[in-house]
Amino acid sequence: MTVLSGQDLPRDGEALQGAALHARLERTWGDAPGLWGWLTTTDHKKIGRRYIVTAFVFMALAGVLALAMRLQLAGPEKALMTPDRYNQLFTMHGTTMMFLFAVPVMEAMAIYLVPLMIGTRNISFPRLNAFSYWMYLAGGILLWVAFLLNIGPDAGWFSYTPLSGPQFSPGKRVDIWAQMITFTEVAALAVAVEIVATILKQRAPGMTLSRMPLFVWTMLVVALMVIFSMPSVALGSGLLISDRLIGTHFYNAYEHGDPLLWQHLFWFFGHPEVYIIFLPGAGFVSHITETFTRRPVFAYPAMVLSLVTVGLLAFGVWVHHMFATGLPRTGYAFYTAATMAVSIPAGIQIFCWIATIWDGRPRFKVPFLYVFAFIFTFVIGGLSGVMQASVPIDLQVHDTYFIVAHFHYVLVGGAVFPLLGAIDYWFPKVTGRMMGEALGKVSFWLVFLGFQVTFFPMHLLGMWGMPRRVYTYPTGMGWDEMNLIATMGSFALAAGFVLYIVNALNSARRGAIAGPNPWDAAGLEWATASPPPQYNFAHIPVVTSRTPLWDNRNHLPVMTGLRVDDREVLLTTVMDAVPDLREPSALPSIWPLASALATTCMFIASIFTPWAVVIGTFPIAAALIAWFWPKGPMSPEPVIE
Amino acid sequence: MSALPPKFEGDLAELPTHAFGHRSLTWWGVVAFFLIEGTAFGLAIGVYFFLQGLENSWPPEPWKPADLLAGTLFTITILLSEIPSTIVKRAAERHDLATVRRWMLVLIPFFVLLLVFRAFEFNSLNVKWDDNAYGSIIWTLLFLHLTHILTDVADSLVLTALIWTKRGGENRRIVDVSENAMYWRFVWLTWIPIYLLIYWVPRWVK
Ligand SMILES: [Cu+2]
Repeated sequence: MTVLSGQDLPRDGEALQGAALHARLERTWGDAPGLWGWLTTTDHKKIGRRYIVTAFVFMALAGVLALAMRLQLAGPEKALMTPDRYNQLFTMHGTTMMFLFAVPVMEAMAIYLVPLMIGTRNISFPRLNAFSYWMYLAGGILLWVAFLLNIGPDAGWFSYTPLSGPQFSPGKRVDIWAQMITFTEVAALAVAVEIVATILKQRAPGMTLSRMPLFVWTMLVVALMVIFSMPSVALGSGLLISDRLIGTHFYNAYEHGDPLLWQHLFWFFGHPEVYIIFLPGAGFVSHITETFTRRPVFAYPAMVLSLVTVGLLAFGVWVHHMFATGLPRTGYAFYTAATMAVSIPAGIQIFCWIATIWDGRPRFKVPFLYVFAFIFTFVIGGLSGVMQASVPIDLQVHDTYFIVAHFHYVLVGGAVFPLLGAIDYWFPKVTGRMMGEALGKVSFWLVFLGFQVTFFPMHLLGMWGMPRRVYTYPTGMGWDEMNLIATMGSFALAAGFVLYIVNALNSARRGAIAGPNPWDAAGLEWATASPPPQYNFAHIPVVTSRTPLWDNRNHLPVMTGLRVDDREVLLTTVMDAVPDLREPSALPSIWPLASALATTCMFIASIFTPWAVVIGTFPIAAALIAWFWPKGPMSPEPVIE
Repeated sequence: MSALPPKFEGDLAELPTHAFGHRSLTWWGVVAFFLIEGTAFGLAIGVYFFLQGLENSWPPEPWKPADLLAGTLFTITILLSEIPSTIVKRAAERHDLATVRRWMLVLIPFFVLLLVFRAFEFNSLNVKWDDNAYGSIIWTLLFLHLTHILTDVADSLVLTALIWTKRGGENRRIVDVSENAMYWRFVWLTWIPIYLLIYWVPRWVK
């Protein structure tokens, strides 16, 4: 095939750089002004930011529910709420935190950061990215509107059958839960596809797999885990809703189904889900540690291998959530061993970070403090996890507050602390301003200590026999003091979060101007302006090491020649990132939003009648056809005829 | 504008703007969706064997296995449809637009036949989805596969219409045709185990 050469179409190069290039690229990559531009954008940074803000709104809502539960449990026999309301609260809290906060916020960080870290102009499949955000938003609104109408789900975040089945949960509550799952799974899977394709095909020239930033590695592993685990909960909740709405019998023991089937399908997803949430945290920790010790992360190959190992092991341990269900005893040994084995790669990572810090010159800025909070908390959570891998201990603490303590140590310690550090760390890149250091430290200590005071006593409560998911407890059990302490801690924790948000909002407007690389970090995302222009990089950067900005202090090696009159991205080869193709990147479009709206109507209507699946398909198909039908001027490439 | 002054190390202007297979971004997107849908099928098959393990006979007494005719005709038709589909894919990859246009039309009668046979399949299962867990999983497998048939048929019809417009000659469309033909392979490859599970495993295991 002949190709129009560089002379025929405007491109960046020695003749077109600096301000003139900036103006030209702004015109090509810019969005329409105003609301229309907001609704149609396909820019990964705008969508990533939107995702992050939305996820934090959901986190705040779920946090308020947690405070309400802590108030109810502050002392014995309190009557702030009915048992039914309490059931809704813990279900909404868990569901929101897992499906509307943790997974989306991690994917959102990747949507924003990965294209910048690998030196490309946009994420792959940018319209799918826009679509995924609208689907996620619709799923979240569905769940919360239902809750406000007092039809919020109440069968726990894992909706165990038979409790969640048609016999014991009549009404629409569980249907809403199951459809919310469908929304968020569609969104999460779409983003996973984009992340995999972006990482494998859009890396800057020279960024071989062994030079990939560690956060990019974690997101590659995480996206693959999403791809292999989320179909399980999507299938499981699909079967659940069909049991409930059209009378299938998958989980109905009376017609030869089995409620345990649900637990298998749920935990085959549910356990990897935990790693999907904390592996990105490990990626954040690697970047923050590297920057604030001024040392490349110790033993990079060991880090990558550990990540991949954790990702693989995650699929072999789901049964440890089912030790109390009476499965055949012989199988337990395998799941115990596999679960304990996870601590080996996790331990290797911890030692690599400690070695990096040991060898480096640490600067104790706020993001780095969160690294210490992470290591401290995550190690405790990991240890209580290894304890439960042993079946006798698991049977003893199953469904007690010990479990609640354990998974909050793992998830908050392993994911939320690194996330808070990461937001402080990349905040200047996103907003162009630094987050306040003094308020940052105050909020850090409130969050860290508040967390320990809230959740450490729950270990004791669990060992003293206090069950989970009870709306109150009688006097005289010996649980009063620890519950009161936990409640006080939860308010300190909440105060820390409020200060963190206040600091972020304040700094976004009044913080110190950051400049492109305020922390003197090594990654490509710091090579461009803060905030980055819509096209990310004026020229496509070239990478020759794992720490490009530390090894090129005076200039940025680049390649030229992408079109500036049309949105074009560079594709490189999978292993060695050799330049291979120039492909167009999608223009802004309203059709992803229209498709998401059509899909939303179908999903919600299907709760009420199965015929919605049939009828609702047509508007979706119409919107998708409009989405993919080529518009705009013909390609200037030669056309065969 | 980047903070560091650029140092020009090469030019990308002469790179091609499209390629087939793993060099294109679309291919990776399609493969990722194979993995997702393949996982879903794999898990559904897992559910099938899980439920079978709870029974003393399969199908449970007194139900009879599904009648073979419609499903077998469907299977033969979908396997035969790979011939025109391969012709389309190869023609696309050598940029032979005339052949692509013609053979994409040839695929349409295959689609019609497949949908007719599929409708009769639902009628020949000898069990309803709400009779018992066996019926539930049989119907679910057939329905899951139907959604894939419908998706690819719709996609192929739109692409056929598009390829007959003047934009049909654009390189991007030709790549789309090739990836669409690849998706069709996924659709019939996943059908083979499902065909066996619905129609033959209940006869073999009794
Ligand atoms: Cu687990």
